Amino acid sequence: MGFNFSENGFNQLLESLNQDYQIYAPVRKKNKDSFSANDLITYDLIKSLEEIELTVKSKYSAKEIVFPIRETLFHFVEGEQFIASDTDDKYIIFLRPCDRNAFKRLDKIFLENGPEEDIYYKRLRENVKFFVIECTSGFDSCFCVSMESNTVEAEDYAAFLRFEENGVSCEVNDQDLAVEFSSQAEEIKFEPQFIEKNKVEVKLPDREKLTNEVFEHQLWTEYSQRCIACGRCNTSCPTCSCFTVKDVLYDENKKSGERFRRWAGCHIDGFTEMAGGHNFREDYGDRMRYKTMHKIYDFGERFDFDMCVGCGRCDDVCPEYISFSKCINKLSTIIEEGV
Amino acid sequence: MSFNTKKIKKNAFRITKDREVTALRIRVPGGHINAKYLSLIKEIADEYGNGTLHITTRQGFEVPGISFADFEEVNKKIAPILEGMEKEIGVKIADPREGYPAAGTRNVSACIGNRVCRYSNYDTTEMAQQIEKNIFPNDYHVKIALSGCPNDCIKGHLQDFGILGMVEPIYHQERCIGCKACVDNCHKRVTSALSFEQERVLRDEKRCIGCGECILQCPTNAWERGEQFFKVVIMGRTGKKNPRLAKPFLKWASRDVVIAIVNNVYDYIERHIDTSLAKEHIGYIVDRTGYPKFKEEILKGVELNSECEIADKINWNGYQTGEKI
Ligand code: SF4
Ligand code: SF4
Ligand code: SF4
Ligand code: SF4
Ligand code: SF4
Repeated sequence: MGFNFSENGFNQLLESLNQDYQIYAPVRKKNKDSFSANDLITYDLIKSLEEIELTVKSKYSAKEIVFPIRETLFHFVEGEQFIASDTDDKYIIFLRPCDRNAFKRLDKIFLENGPEEDIYYKRLRENVKFFVIECTSGFDSCFCVSMESNTVEAEDYAAFLRFEENGVSCEVNDQDLAVEFSSQAEEIKFEPQFIEKNKVEVKLPDREKLTNEVFEHQLWTEYSQRCIACGRCNTSCPTCSCFTVKDVLYDENKKSGERFRRWAGCHIDGFTEMAGGHNFREDYGDRMRYKTMHKIYDFGERFDFDMCVGCGRCDDVCPEYISFSKCINKLSTIIEEGV
Repeated sequence: MSFNTKKIKKNAFRITKDREVTALRIRVPGGHINAKYLSLIKEIADEYGNGTLHITTRQGFEVPGISFADFEEVNKKIAPILEGMEKEIGVKIADPREGYPAAGTRNVSACIGNRVCRYSNYDTTEMAQQIEKNIFPNDYHVKIALSGCPNDCIKGHLQDFGILGMVEPIYHQERCIGCKACVDNCHKRVTSALSFEQERVLRDEKRCIGCGECILQCPTNAWERGEQFFKVVIMGRTGKKNPRLAKPFLKWASRDVVIAIVNNVYDYIERHIDTSLAKEHIGYIVDRTGYPKFKEEILKGVELNSECEIADKINWNGYQTGEKI
């Protein structure tokens, strides 16, 4: 069902949705990015249309809403364990096609990868409805088309929105919400549009030709010298899903405390630390290779799509100007031309 | 040739080695200049000077080789510079065609600041221009420089007032991935104000100098860029008698406090300057009155922000240039 809202009308819709949902969208936080006087574009709760930042890509993705950076798993009290409590909160997340597709990757990892579903992810994820923001031109570093994550199936969103000069046109799939939408706007015909070309194009290497030789290629040595292992490419990525589990004890007799998990990243020191302190992927170029293979090869071997969705965030945030899309293309060339 | 040297010097011209010629000093408040003025400065150097320019340590230009006979004409010529670089930012100049109205209070200089530098905690040029507006024109000898962060690239530690940008870093444990990048960096490059205990970062407020490096290091924005503050170091100087580095006077001062104390400097000088001398730098006046007197007068009527710390006493030391080495 398609609808058209004026700005006011859409704000009224948000107001009524806000009664039942926490609504997250990319917002602009004035002067809050790391460098002074720079705005931080990131996810936060919103109440009105004006708060949604549509002109710039968010630095972090919506991943942290469903897979929090730090999340308590258990509380320990007097030798007993209690699973950290859950809330009944329901969420609406405004996000772009690539980021919606990133959740498909996270779903695979947390719900289909191991022997059991990840209950912490699941209980948040179940309460999320996605409102997909239509991309009209994309941003400079996007390569979603190459990663086939520029489109979204109708079943994967509750609503699909086109932000226009004087309002919002949209399509609603979610039956619960359809009532809410239809009571506030007039019906129109609406056809979601998807971006078909990015400024950056990536050629994925031929899977068959990825051999051990490529592992030893000097391509990776270059990254050993350039990468500083800051981890920004991991933390900004909507599909990086690694975490470590830690315990903290609050008191001296070690009777109360918590077990929590928090994000980890393959580029960050300590990621592969094993008992005894041996760190087997010490070299930064090796880390780049590991990430690249995981994002565009290993994951795709197991599931039916690659892990990387081509959002381009890792390119945007790297302080050493390392471009992941460039790296994939270099790899493809090496494989094709055998250099 | 007959003219009043005092008037000439006040007009930002210099008495030089060569009896016939002078040199003009052009101020660049905040050290940032619209490139269009460079062509005008070049024109003056070619037409009236000897075709060369000296770049001063205070971020001004000195145009040497100007004949004394031409100084009034040169003043007319630089009118657009006074209009655009002084009047524009609010400096009161009665007639821009008469050249600089004073030279005692030196150009307020600044490091490149956050228009370019990643470390800077604020726009140094903009604040330098506000200070220039408040204190210029003035005949008293005061040197002020602003740095974006405690790296102090403009060398505020050699000025009467060195104003260094600070920021309060605010830690959000819920965003921290425990990578310790901030902790290691503060340990190696700054003051070891951070430690990692119980899986979280602790900041020792006494050690933290508000440089903001932890904010820059963090890959998740777990350190939030909080309020902007300033450290003010005072009475550093070079010179023949007793060169010395400036010492901290205020820490975590708000911008309003910094602006207010700088405004108060002139009344203090007025009251205590030794008028028997041709000129007296403020540092030597403070040496005479003592720091407590300076502190009392400079803080008069200034509403301090609650975070602001003030030095109880200051011992500058430095060294006496006559000492045996
Ligand atoms: S990668 Fe860019 S263009 Fe593609 S969906 Fe994401 S934001 Fe839109
Ligand atoms: S690897 Fe880079 S481009 Fe791919 S999904 Fe992650 S952040 Fe986006
Ligand atoms: S963001 Fe760049 S420098 Fe930092 S870990 Fe990733 S590739 Fe290395
Ligand atoms: S602001 Fe500077 S001194 Fe303070 S904790 Fe951060 S890095 Fe250390
Ligand atoms: S840099 Fe950021 S994420 Fe890493 S330990 Fe410090 S606060 Fe935590």
